[in-house]
Amino acid sequence: MAAETRLRLEALTKRFGAHAAVDAVDLALEPGEFFCLLGPSGCGKSTLLRMIAGFEAPTSGRVVLGEADITGLPPHRRPVNMMFQSYALFPHMSVAANVGYGLKGLGRGAAAARVAELLRLVRLDGFDARRPDTLSGGQRQRVALARALAREPRLLLLDEPLGALDRGLREETQGELRAVQRRLGTSFVVVTHDPEEAMMLADRIGVMDRGRLVQVGAPADLYRRPASRFVAGLLGDVNLIPGRLGPAEADGTRVVATAHGPVRAAGPADPLAEGAEVVVAVRPESLALGAEGLPVTVADATFLGDRVRRLLRLPDGTPLRASGPPGEGGAQPVGAETRAGFAPDAAVILPA
Amino acid sequence: MTPVTRAALVLGLAFLYAPILVLVAYSFNASSLVTVWGGFSTRWYGVLFADEPLIAATWVSFRVAVLSSLIATVLGTLAALALERHGRFRGRFLFTGLVYGPMVMPEVMIGLSLLLMFIGIGFDRGLATLVVAHATFCTGFVAVVVAARLRGLDPTLEEAAADLGAGPLRVLLTVTLPLLAPAVVAGALLAFALSLDDLVIASFVSGPGSTTLPMRLYSRVRLGVNPEINAASTLLIALVGVAVLAASWLTARRGGTG
Repeated sequence: MAAETRLRLEALTKRFGAHAAVDAVDLALEPGEFFCLLGPSGCGKSTLLRMIAGFEAPTSGRVVLGEADITGLPPHRRPVNMMFQSYALFPHMSVAANVGYGLKGLGRGAAAARVAELLRLVRLDGFDARRPDTLSGGQRQRVALARALAREPRLLLLDEPLGALDRGLREETQGELRAVQRRLGTSFVVVTHDPEEAMMLADRIGVMDRGRLVQVGAPADLYRRPASRFVAGLLGDVNLIPGRLGPAEADGTRVVATAHGPVRAAGPADPLAEGAEVVVAVRPESLALGAEGLPVTVADATFLGDRVRRLLRLPDGTPLRASGPPGEGGAQPVGAETRAGFAPDAAVILPA
Repeated sequence: MTPVTRAALVLGLAFLYAPILVLVAYSFNASSLVTVWGGFSTRWYGVLFADEPLIAATWVSFRVAVLSSLIATVLGTLAALALERHGRFRGRFLFTGLVYGPMVMPEVMIGLSLLLMFIGIGFDRGLATLVVAHATFCTGFVAVVVAARLRGLDPTLEEAAADLGAGPLRVLLTVTLPLLAPAVVAGALLAFALSLDDLVIASFVSGPGSTTLPMRLYSRVRLGVNPEINAASTLLIALVGVAVLAASWLTARRGGTG
């Protein structure tokens, strides 16, 4: 049943006065997909989630679940459940009463059995009678998850699910969330401002910027082939080298003339005219020191165990960051003059 | 604390509470002259408990306080819910003024206007008019106390309940009200104390046979004070004090349900 469910957002818009918090977002979710909305705070991702849950009425556009238009339904009539960032556990109820709150339609026995099953699923059996304030953060998070799954929602919304957890717990919980999602086949939509969280969890990521959905794709695609400087910077450290675009080549790459010589990189997603101002985006781990590439001076090197991080400077002083295995480029002490190059398909040309 | 601020504090507290302490002390006076100390005695409490009119007035005050605080609690809680949980409805500003107005209006005006209204609609004055009048001016106080707690209540708890399929009524009964309970009880106790205390409004709207305790005490004092009045006042202060302390304890307690 859950496998047939698709969520479709059609030109969904929410305006607060003149400000568009969510601006004409179109999105189609595959059944059983783990989707993540990623963006800085204030980009509209939480408003978008609240419109799917029914807590905010869209200014225009539609929310369609399966074949049904649910845009006008109040939250308690939507086959959608949400796990809140603060967990929103009812402080005056036991763990079992929290998890069973949404099971009013079931008989008493069936509801109790379902609560027991859910608590087993999140590995909290035996915690039935405890109050939320006697639980640790991770346990509360699991109660919130069990409660949100109790009604077998066709779509589960999660608002910053790992935000309140410390590092060790995050990785454990992330694995659990994925496991639960795979077992149930429910579509999950996660909202987060943390790119690491997004990449750990999601099948696909939708990046939001100022109310707009600017790029949607698998984590690796977004990381390697960002469509804009914003997406490139959001998903991790990146070097941006300005230059002028050369003619298109047969293999899909293009040459960019920088102030320090030509470099070759994968062509831009948007067709850009020859001679346009562009930047070449290169991740630090793609930048290798050696005989080829742009002339640089090693300004600083930091040994981090599994890798070495180097700060390089182009002749005009522009900093570049490189990181690689400790053995590589070991003969390049601080102050050495060398060259920094990269494989053409490890870099992407973006509009300036 | 410097000696100066300490002295200021003592003076300030003395200004506020010394008269009350004198009143309480003289309620244990053996002499029948209020201003002459004749040794310690509880004789005036004995006189008090044998004083039929005073007991009757106490009973009136108590019934009025219970009924009016119940009505004020229901209305005040509903008003707070409307103000804090229903956004910007049309007439919200006017409604706010109407709810909080009776708290700042002179009591004489409230009393007089209620009296004119009761006469105008031909409503016989008695216990019922007292209850209505007290419920009217206590509603705002309950609304203030409940609204303050409602503002501090995480709205995502109510959203979570709605998300789990609860309609608005079930959200109110199973989540909002249980979490508001300490504030609702505090508001009720405050209303109870205010009703028990009131002299001015009661003087306007009470009828024959429905004289409240503060009215009875006031009329006695006009004929001359004796320590029995002190004893009655001491008991009234104790009752009101307990109600107010309980109210502030409930308000200050965080969570209150965990």
